Amino acid sequence: MPNIGSYDERIKDFDWSISEKELGYKDGDVINIGWYCSDRICQMGKADKPALLWEDATGREKNYTFNDVRLASNTIGSFLRGLGINDGDRVCLFLDKIPELYLGFLGILKIGAVAQPLFSAFGDESLYVRLANAETTAIITQRKHVAKVRKIRDQMPYLKHIIVVDYDGRKPLREREIAFSLEEQTPVEDLEIFPTKAESTSVLHYTSGTTGQPKGVQHVHYSLISQYLTAKWVLDLRDDDIYWCTADPGWVTGTSYGIIAPWSMGITQCVQDAGFSAEAWYRFIQKRKVTVWYSAPTAIRSLMKAGEEIVKKFDLSCLRHLASVGEPLNAEAVIWSERVFGHAFLDTYWQTETGSIMLTNFPGMKIKPGSMGKAFPGVEATVLDAKTYEPLTEPGQVGLIGFKPGWPAMMRGYWNNEATYKGKFHNGWYLSGDRSSIDREGYFWFTGRDDDVINTGGHLVSPFEVESALLEHEAVAESAVVAKPDEVNMEVVKAFVALKPGFEANADLELKIMNFIRKKLSPLAMPQEIEYVNSLPKTRSGKIMRRVLHAKEWNEEVGDLSTLEDDE
Amino acid sequence: MDDKKDVVLKYVIEEYLEDEDDEITYDTPLISGGIVDSFSMVSLKRFLENKYGISIPDEKATPEAFDSVDKIVVLVNEFLK
Repeated sequence: MPNIGSYDERIKDFDWSISEKELGYKDGDVINIGWYCSDRICQMGKADKPALLWEDATGREKNYTFNDVRLASNTIGSFLRGLGINDGDRVCLFLDKIPELYLGFLGILKIGAVAQPLFSAFGDESLYVRLANAETTAIITQRKHVAKVRKIRDQMPYLKHIIVVDYDGRKPLREREIAFSLEEQTPVEDLEIFPTKAESTSVLHYTSGTTGQPKGVQHVHYSLISQYLTAKWVLDLRDDDIYWCTADPGWVTGTSYGIIAPWSMGITQCVQDAGFSAEAWYRFIQKRKVTVWYSAPTAIRSLMKAGEEIVKKFDLSCLRHLASVGEPLNAEAVIWSERVFGHAFLDTYWQTETGSIMLTNFPGMKIKPGSMGKAFPGVEATVLDAKTYEPLTEPGQVGLIGFKPGWPAMMRGYWNNEATYKGKFHNGWYLSGDRSSIDREGYFWFTGRDDDVINTGGHLVSPFEVESALLEHEAVAESAVVAKPDEVNMEVVKAFVALKPGFEANADLELKIMNFIRKKLSPLAMPQEIEYVNSLPKTRSGKIMRRVLHAKEWNEEVGDLSTLEDDE
Repeated sequence: MDDKKDVVLKYVIEEYLEDEDDEITYDTPLISGGIVDSFSMVSLKRFLENKYGISIPDEKATPEAFDSVDKIVVLVNEFLK
C-alpha cells in the first residue's frame, strides 16, 4: 500500500495540518529547515543513520550520517556567522554537486540567512545578473569556479566574502577571498539556530522569463510543510529507502526534493557528482541499491537512446518507485520504463515558483501515459480561459494552467520585482505559464507553453537573455532566439542571426558564437543551431516577431502576418 | 593519429576545462567525468566537423562516443575514411 493510501479518500477532507502534525509544528512556532533536516532527525534517534552517500566521477566516496550532517551544517553556519553574515543576508552556493553544497545549504538556513544556489555551469554574465539582483553578501564556491567570480567581483561591492571550499594553497587568494575546509575545521557541536518563522525567507532560486532579467523566486521556511508531504505521498519515501534525486541543487528540484524533502523525513539519499552516462547511472543504482529514483525526461530519453541491452548488464531489481520532473514526460518513456525497469516513471508537474509538486501521477492510481496526472490534495488546479481567466468547464478544452494560491511552498515574491510577481495572478489564480486540458477523469494533459520561454532539458531559458548576449558578440547585428524541437531535450535553443557588414557567415563563426554564449551564459543557453539571415521578420513598429520563426521550426501555421514589415 | 589527439585535447583544455590546474589526458572521461556536459557536446561535435570537414550523424554523437579524446579520435577517423 503506498503512503498516500487512497487518493480519493485523501482529497475529501485534506488539510495541510496533516503535515504540520507529523513535523511537530504548530502555527507561530519557530520553523527552520536547517534544523528540521538534521538536528530533529538526530533527536528522533536516527543520528547514526546514513544521510548522504556521495561519490564523484573518479569513484571517490564520502559518507555522512545525520549526525555528521548536523555537525557539518553547524560548522558551516558558525563559520558564516563568524564572518559577520546575518539573518536575511543572501549567501550564494556556486558549487558542483559536492557535499559542501548540501551541507552548506543547511548551514546557511540555520543562521537565518537566505540560500541562493546557482548552477555551477553558469558563465560569468549569468552569475553576475543573479548576484547583482540579490545583492549577495557571500558566495561559497570551489577553485575551478573562482575565475568566473573574479571577472565580475569588482562590479559588486556588496559581495564581501568569496569562500573557497577546496583551496590547495598553490596560488595566492585575493582580496575578499577566504579558504574554508570543512574537513580541517573542528566540528561545532552546538550552534544557536536562528529562530526563523513560517514566513522567513529561506531560498532564492532564479528562473527565466520571456522578457527582462532572471527573477529571484523567494521561498520561505514554511515551504517545508508542502515539500515533506508531497515527498511522502508522491515519491512514496519510506524509512528504509535509498533515494536518488538526479537534479542539481542549482535548480529547485535539487533543493526541494534533493535536500529538504528527503532529509526532513530522515531518508538516506545518494548523490553522484558526475556527468551523464547510461552505464554509470545503472552501475550507481546497482551499487547503491537505489529504491526510489527521481529523475527528468531528458535523462530518461537519453537512457532510452542508449538502448535496452545495457540495462541487462546490471541488477536493478532494487528499484521500487520511479518519478520524473522537468518537462512533460512523453507516453513512450512511461511505457518504456515500465517494460525495462518493471516500474513506470510517474510524471510530476511543478515549477520553481510553486516550490513543491502540484500535479502528479500518484503511486497506486491508474496511470495514463503522457498525462501529468491529477492535483495534489489541497491544491486547487484548473485550466483558464486566456481572455477571461475563468475556469474552463468542458473536458478537453485547452487553457492556461492556474492554481489557487494558498499551498505552503508557494513563492512569496520575485526578489525586487513586485510588478512581475503581481502579473502572475489573474482573477484570483496563479498562472503557471503552461497550457493544458483536463479530461473527464480529471487528468491534466500538457499542450505547451503560453510564452516564448524555452524549456530545454527541464530548464527554462529566456530568449531575451540569449538575444541580449548575442548582441554583445562583435559579428552580430541582430538576432532572434526560439525553441527548436529536440528528441532528447524536448526543446533546444536556436538563434537566427543577421551579421554586421564585414563578417562572413560560415561554420567557424557559428562555432565561435555558440562558444561565446556558452561561456557567457551557460551551456543550456548556447544555441544548438545558428541560422544566418539577411534580416529578421519584424512588425511595422520594429518588434521582432519570434512567433513567425517559432512556427517555421515547429511546422505550425504562422497566423496573422498583417503587421509584418518584411517577410524575407 | 597523435596529431589529431593533440588537436582535440588542446581544444578541450582551452574550451571546456574550468580549473586551469586540472590535468587531462587522452583517456580522461570527458562526459561521464563532468568536464563536457551534454549541451556543450554539440559545440565539440561542431568543432570536429569544421576542423576535419566531416559530418557526424546525431545517432553516432553519443555521450559514450565522446567520453574521451581517444574515443573521439576513433569516431573522427570513422568518418574520415
